[in-house]
Parts: sequence; structure tokens; C-alpha cells
Amino acid sequence: MAGETKRDERILDARQMRRIVRRMAGELVEQNEGVEDLLLVGIRTRGVPLAEALAAEIEAMEGVVVARGVLDITLYRDDLSTIAPQPVVKETHIPSSIEGRTVVLCDDVLYTGRTIRAALDALIDYGRAKAVRLAVLIDRGHRELPIQGDVVGQTLATQPDDLVVVAFEATDQRDEVVIKRSSRQE
Amino acid sequence: MNEFSWSRKDLLGIAELSAAEIGLILDTAESFREVATRPIKKVPTLRGKTVINLFFEASTRTRSSFEIAEKRLSADGLNFSSASSALVKGESLIDTALNLQAMAPDLIVIRHGHPGVPHMLARRVAAGVINAGDGAHEHPTQALLDAFTIRQAKGRIEGLRVAIIGDIEHSRVVRSNIHLLHKMGAQVVVAGPYTMMPAEIEALGVEVAHNLDDALRDADVVMMLRIQLERQGKSLIPSVKEYFNLFGLSRDRLKLAKDDVVVMHPGPMNRGVEIASDVADGPQSVILEQVSNGVAVRMAVLYLLSGVRGGEE
Repeated sequence: MAGETKRDERILDARQMRRIVRRMAGELVEQNEGVEDLLLVGIRTRGVPLAEALAAEIEAMEGVVVARGVLDITLYRDDLSTIAPQPVVKETHIPSSIEGRTVVLCDDVLYTGRTIRAALDALIDYGRAKAVRLAVLIDRGHRELPIQGDVVGQTLATQPDDLVVVAFEATDQRDEVVIKRSSRQE
Repeated sequence: MNEFSWSRKDLLGIAELSAAEIGLILDTAESFREVATRPIKKVPTLRGKTVINLFFEASTRTRSSFEIAEKRLSADGLNFSSASSALVKGESLIDTALNLQAMAPDLIVIRHGHPGVPHMLARRVAAGVINAGDGAHEHPTQALLDAFTIRQAKGRIEGLRVAIIGDIEHSRVVRSNIHLLHKMGAQVVVAGPYTMMPAEIEALGVEVAHNLDDALRDADVVMMLRIQLERQGKSLIPSVKEYFNLFGLSRDRLKLAKDDVVVMHPGPMNRGVEIASDVADGPQSVILEQVSNGVAVRMAVLYLLSGVRGGEE
């Protein structure tokens, strides 16, 4: 947009991100009183490396390999009739039955809550989980639905125009969180 | 993964598609295949969209495949078939199109005995039009599901040698398949009786083999076509037995092809006419995979087309 520039501000570096993910993994284990029935489901795209990072920390902590899955929410989006062309549909992979398990949905940024609403609908089509929890690295506010994270890495005060960009080693060759602030005066 | 986006209102044929568009449909179908493995085989994606299935010619499997695809996407599907349609009461095609348009469907799936009817309809209606077979012209979703099945079995399409055997002239699938296989870099060889070989076939860039054995030699994929015994088929061959002896796929003859050859048939099969039972049911056959993949490919096409708005006519 004309007259508008973005200022980049690094919120977390690799070391800070690592500490936060470790703390989140600890909270998950504590809240769940164990890890046997846990299934970490990463929401495409950057919920997937978060789920992997959490699983690695839990494994280091508890010595148990935690089951993981990948969820693509495209088919459950509530804005398909208003956007064009259709977004690319990628594969979902839920390893086994979710019946009786505690599923932790993992995503990088919690914003309007609409992605999580879609993910919940998608998940329910795979069966009846014992419980569903939400783990997010960044909660940037501005919710449009009554959805909250159970395990939150960091809460950030943002303007709706700001862009929060999370990078993971696995997808972006570096670990960091950057906020691109809109300098436009309200 | 493909990040290219779809921009066509209609899917009328393979001839006008680019390799990138074909790749996008196949990649999207890959994701939809997973839906069939779930306990609840339905996604809410096309909720509130209306699809009219307009079949002027009998078709059980293509129509059922589209119907299942529509249901799995939560679209509302509505069937018009030739026997019950106003067309038999003398309504012109253009009036049928205008009446359909007045019902404001989002997509129309059409099969018609005459080439070009889906194209005419597409120009008349705002809805997206999917050609489910227009005479012996094009049948794009069949070619796409065949390509999907080949890719699944072989991991690629490029560089493969594909033999298409049988009634090349009257088959509704062969032209679409030739276009698609060429665009994706495969080599196509055809064989069949002279009475079933169109005069202009070389113009499509295919190799014409003089007999079945030449076509089968070193093939990676063998596609057997159906002899339309209920139509012209019977008058174009001396006898069913002789046809099988000359062009039928038996286990012995299949040995001429590569060891890892896959055998395909668009169905419905005439066992013992174009294909021996032990080949149709054998380890190299992917005929039933074609049927399952058809649903995923049609879901992908319905999904991609429903994101494109048609203009007002």
C-alpha cells in the first residue's frame, strides 16, 4: 500500500525459541500427567515443525517417542466461497485412530482463531478424541472466535496490520520470530 | 508441490490444458485420495454448492463416480438423464441450457453423444462445465484418472511407453489420453483393426503398430479399450473369437511388454473379447485402482473449478 512501510523487529532468536519450546513441552507433559496417549498434530504449514520440535523435547525429557500427525485445513476453511482461486490442498496424515487419545493441535501463530476452528472440525471427522488441546508458539491476539491456547509460548501485542513471521530450521533454515510492523498511523 | 493456481471456469478437454494445469489437478487429487481412507468420508468444502449431472447418454460408472465425488465434498448433486429430460419432449439444447442457467447451479457435469455440446453449454451458462464425454471427442476426467493411476504405479509419466489397443475410432477416452500422455512426455503407440482405426490418427503424433505384438513390445503401460458390442462393434469385426485372437490381451502376449508393465481398462470390460480374465484379475492389472482414483480426480476437478466465477451471459 502506498505510504506504508514495514519495520522488522526480531522478537525471538534461535536460543530463545528453543527455551520456549522446551518450556511448552514441559507444560504439555505436566498438564497431561504423562505422554502415553498424546498425539501431536501439526497444522500445515508451520504447525508441523512446531509439533516436531515439541515431540523432540518431550522425547529428551521423558524418553518416549510421541506420535505425530499432520493436518491440512484447506477443505474446512470458512472463506472458500469468498476467495479465488482455490487454495492448494495438501495431504493430511493422521497416523492411527484418535479415539481415546489426547490430541494436541500445534500451530505457530494464534490470531483470529479461524484456523483452529477449521482444524477442530477436521479432527472430529477422524474420530472422538479423549481431549483436544491447543499449543501455539505465539498468541498475537485479535480473536474472532472463542478459542484460547492451552500452552502458549509467548503473547505478543500486535496491530491487526502487523505480520508475525515464524521461521523454523526445518522449513526456513533458521529459528526465529519476526514481527513486521505496519508504520501507518491509525 | 504445485503452487500454480487454477483459472479456468470449465474443463472441456485435455487438448487446451498445459502440463502445469494437468500437474495441479493430479497433485490436488493426491490430497483428496486420503479422504476415502477416513472413517467419515466427507469434507464440508463444497457445502451449499449445486452440481447438475446432465447425462444425455447412459453412463453408470462415470455418473456414479461424479456423484460420489460430489457427496464427499458436501455439494448438492442433481441428476438429469436423457430418458427423463425435456430433450425427448422436443426442447432444444439451447433452451435446456437457459433453463439450467435459471436454476443457478455452480457446476454442470455433462455427457452427450455429439462432440462440442459441452463447449456450447459452457458459452451459455455462468456455471462451470465439466465434459464427462462428448461423443468420441474428449473425456478429460477419464484421461486424468488414467494418468493419476500411471503416476501412482510408476512414479512418473515422462519417458514411459504406453500402448493403447482396440477400438481407437469410437472410444471416448482415447483422444484425451493421447493429448495428456504427450503433454506429460510419454510415448504412445496404438494398435487395432483397420475398421476401428481413424484415418487421421497419425496427425495426433502417435505411432501406429501393425499388430498387437509390435505395440506390446517393451510397453510400460497397456491400455485396453472396450469393443462396443452393443453398438457398431459387432459389425466391424468378423467375430468376437477372431478379435480376441488378433487383439485380445492374454497372459502369454503380455510377456512381450516390460516385466513391470501395468494393465489398464476404462471399463466396462468384455472379458474374453479384448482382455483375458486372468490378465484382468492378474497382478499387473490396476483396473480397480482406476475406479478408486476416479473419485479422487473428480473431487479435485470439482474443487478447482468451483473456485472460479463465471461471467454473466
